[in-house]
Amino acid sequence: MSALPITESDLQAWVDAALPEARRAEVEDYLAVQPVEAERVRAYREQKQALRSLFDPVLDEPLPEKLSALASPPPAAAIERPPKPFLARWSLQRFAAGIVVALVSGLGGWMAHDRYPPAENLARASFPRQAAVAHAVFSPDMRRPVEVSAEQEEQLVAWLSKRIGTPVRPPTLGPLGFDLIGGRLLPGNSSPVAQFMYQDATGQRLTLYISTENLTNQDTAFRFAQEGQVNVFYWVDGKFGYALSAGIDKSKLARVAMAVYDQIEHK
Amino acid sequence: MDNRAILAELPRLRRYARAMLGDRAAADDLVQDTLERGWSRLHQWRADSDLRAWLFGIMHNLRVDQLRRPRLSTQSIDEDDFELPTRPTQTDELELRDIESALNHLPDEQREVLLLVALEEMSYADIAATLGIPIGTVMSRLSRGRERLRLIMNGEQANARLRVVR
Repeated sequence: MSALPITESDLQAWVDAALPEARRAEVEDYLAVQPVEAERVRAYREQKQALRSLFDPVLDEPLPEKLSALASPPPAAAIERPPKPFLARWSLQRFAAGIVVALVSGLGGWMAHDRYPPAENLARASFPRQAAVAHAVFSPDMRRPVEVSAEQEEQLVAWLSKRIGTPVRPPTLGPLGFDLIGGRLLPGNSSPVAQFMYQDATGQRLTLYISTENLTNQDTAFRFAQEGQVNVFYWVDGKFGYALSAGIDKSKLARVAMAVYDQIEHK
Repeated sequence: MDNRAILAELPRLRRYARAMLGDRAAADDLVQDTLERGWSRLHQWRADSDLRAWLFGIMHNLRVDQLRRPRLSTQSIDEDDFELPTRPTQTDELELRDIESALNHLPDEQREVLLLVALEEMSYADIAATLGIPIGTVMSRLSRGRERLRLIMNGEQANARLRVVR
């Protein structure tokens, strides 16, 4: 009676001592005349032994309390709570948006904005809100309000243009009393955004926030938003979103916004 | 369910998770998640079935879920993590270190089968049932995993495709 041919599965099963006695003998006869195969399966057995030596000590480690406690049923409440995927969907972005909301509210009187349903609030901070938060975070910083100062304006312009993937240039607001002090790169929802910062003689600061993330390509007229103490004028032009933020009154900010608009749109 | 039966399985779940993930804290988190999910799905448990296979199945599914979900890779820096779980003689230790790093170069699905065979000594049929794959797939993953591990250990990394580091 001729034996069945030896298969790869037979060899694996030989490594694991999972063959019936008769078959094991046939495999060993085969290995006796196949030194290369014999060497290979011997290496597999060594692997197995090495893995045991490496990981078996874990069996003798004392169990962490949090695990041994779970050998008994957790309180009923824990069993019935919503399953984990709920938390998993709590994405980083929503979490970040949550921080944004917290920041703005801490800024001074978070006003109830009924027009934004809570889910949307958490999902993605609106454009003017992002701009207002960026203003609120960086403009009070006396020592390091910007990453690159206006003294290196050419470098600043080249760098920001490169990073946001399209040419941007800070408008000149000197005639309105605001001088450029520099700019920085910030994370937007999906790509970098640029922020230019200006300052007047009294130290009042103003930021221009430029995003290239507008996907709807729907131009808008000037819009005004108030986020805490920060007033924001913003508008959308093609893929660009512009937001001008400052803690100055609305009419004054509107004049600056008009100047910015004129320079950017009608240069 | 008898909590002593679960306690008895815990060391093995930890060993397997440690071998799969490499990281102590991450492994224990996975075991914890496994137990929590097990308790929350107690109604699916049949008294006559194999508790170990059931828990390993839950762990496998959790792991699949984790891998599907993009996430930031984190690594704990507990002092303990810098120690190998075993301290045999110097040369043995180096060899063990080798197999540990070689193991990390295997694709997940090969490492999983290889470890269930090597550490758990599960039968091929039980592994197929636990992972929900045909037994032929178990055999081919085992065969490919072992061969790749052997080549890496022999220093023939060129044959082992680089894996994207998680």
